[in-house]
Amino acid sequence: MVAYSSVSGSESPAAFELKAAGFTLPIFRLLASDMEAVADQLATRVGQAPDFFRNTPVVIDLGSFPEQGEAVEFPLLVGLLRGYGMIPFGVRGGDKAQQRAAEAMELAILGDSHSRPARAHPEPSADSGLDDEAGGANSLVISGPVRSGQRHYGARGDLSIIGPVSSGAELMADGNIHVYGALRGRALAGMKGNLEARIFCQDLRAELVAIAGHYRVSENIPSELQGMPVQIFLDQKILRIEKL
Amino acid sequence: MARIIVITSGKGGVGKTTSAASLAMGLAQRGRRTAVIDFDVGLRNLDLIMGCERRVVYDFVNVINQEATLNQALIRDKRCDHLYVLPASQTRDKDALTREGVARVLDELAQGFEFIVCDSPAGIEHGALMAMYFADDALVVTNPEVSSVRDSDRMLGILSSKSKRAEEGAEPIREYLLLTRYDPLRVDQGDMLSVDDVKEILSLNLIGIIPESKAVLSASNAGIPVILDRDSDAGQAYADMVARYLGEDVPHRFLEAEKKGFLSRLFRG
Repeated sequence: MVAYSSVSGSESPAAFELKAAGFTLPIFRLLASDMEAVADQLATRVGQAPDFFRNTPVVIDLGSFPEQGEAVEFPLLVGLLRGYGMIPFGVRGGDKAQQRAAEAMELAILGDSHSRPARAHPEPSADSGLDDEAGGANSLVISGPVRSGQRHYGARGDLSIIGPVSSGAELMADGNIHVYGALRGRALAGMKGNLEARIFCQDLRAELVAIAGHYRVSENIPSELQGMPVQIFLDQKILRIEKL
Repeated sequence: MARIIVITSGKGGVGKTTSAASLAMGLAQRGRRTAVIDFDVGLRNLDLIMGCERRVVYDFVNVINQEATLNQALIRDKRCDHLYVLPASQTRDKDALTREGVARVLDELAQGFEFIVCDSPAGIEHGALMAMYFADDALVVTNPEVSSVRDSDRMLGILSSKSKRAEEGAEPIREYLLLTRYDPLRVDQGDMLSVDDVKEILSLNLIGIIPESKAVLSASNAGIPVILDRDSDAGQAYADMVARYLGEDVPHRFLEAEKKGFLSRLFRG
């Protein structure tokens, strides 16, 4: 998993060195496959101490996941954790299929043994290096309405919706979000911290819009912008909504 | 092959059972063999609305548990030969509905019926999921108010992800919006969402608008599906809905508030 590349033989002073180090990290032990239950309980837990989880790296532990062989909805889970400021970077335990799914989400597979500390090489691009990721290679397009209670996550790219997004629905993307229709639900772009991400929609009626964690709820969206075609972006880390 | 129609909403008290009874009766009156099933195990109501509560011997759960045959449990409607009711059990709970059991009953019904109308319980729990799982068509019953609209929206999401058709990647369920308890006067006053508001939020085919009507309550209490009350606005609106479901092009009525003038006196007698 870790590539031990040698840099010996060069004359110039070493630009880096590889070392092993141990970290104590919080483990997110997944006990159920129902992501809605996870979301509900996580919201309560984080609500008690919002700052505690900010920028905290976490490891997802599948060792106690009861449904053997059942798929874990990694895109949702990772989106959820990132949404609360946590940085999930690796997975421990689980079967082959689950690990493949985790790898698809760019999560590192950590050793199953309980004594093994997390490697010092955990997926460096988790919170940086978005340049290659935000390229849109992984754009996700949904045709048709997004209903209340539904959730879509455009991992490592843009999310485009051709249709209305109902209140109670949630859109997340690492890149931009485009809504060709009314946006009544929530839209969170730049989930991995991409400050350049934007949200575009034809008819703004959102409950909440956020870019890289900077958010605004419906109450704080000026009424003259409600129902307008807009773009939403960060300007000096301030969320701006501009008519198109 | 029979078409399975689920009447669903998410929210309770919006008129699912009333609509299921009228749809089933309307289809049967047009000569289509129709069975209507009450999925609200534990809180059965359909038999009351259909006026057959005193003829219930066996129920849906008995058939699922193979304690009775389908023919023993089906109740033929006294007013229409083509209509049969499969009542819910009052003494069990919804866990008695197993997917295999429901599938078996629907398969057997499909041999002898053209339409199977499934009256869903409220909520998005097991009973409601069982009612919609095998559906070909869905009538989403919505009142013109925000909480009902949102619940319908949620239900539509579930229909498109947790039904048999969705899981097998088959052609999706045909979804129709049925707006009930519509009161044009209150819409004009701004107390109620308009047809256009609801259509816009749900972006769905409108199959019918049932006006708020005293006829619905009195018909329910008398055990008569309101579609049989030909003189009432609600009865006529349900008849229109059945015609539209069968592919006829019928304009929507009862959208305007009644004028308190000689015209209304003339038409209302």
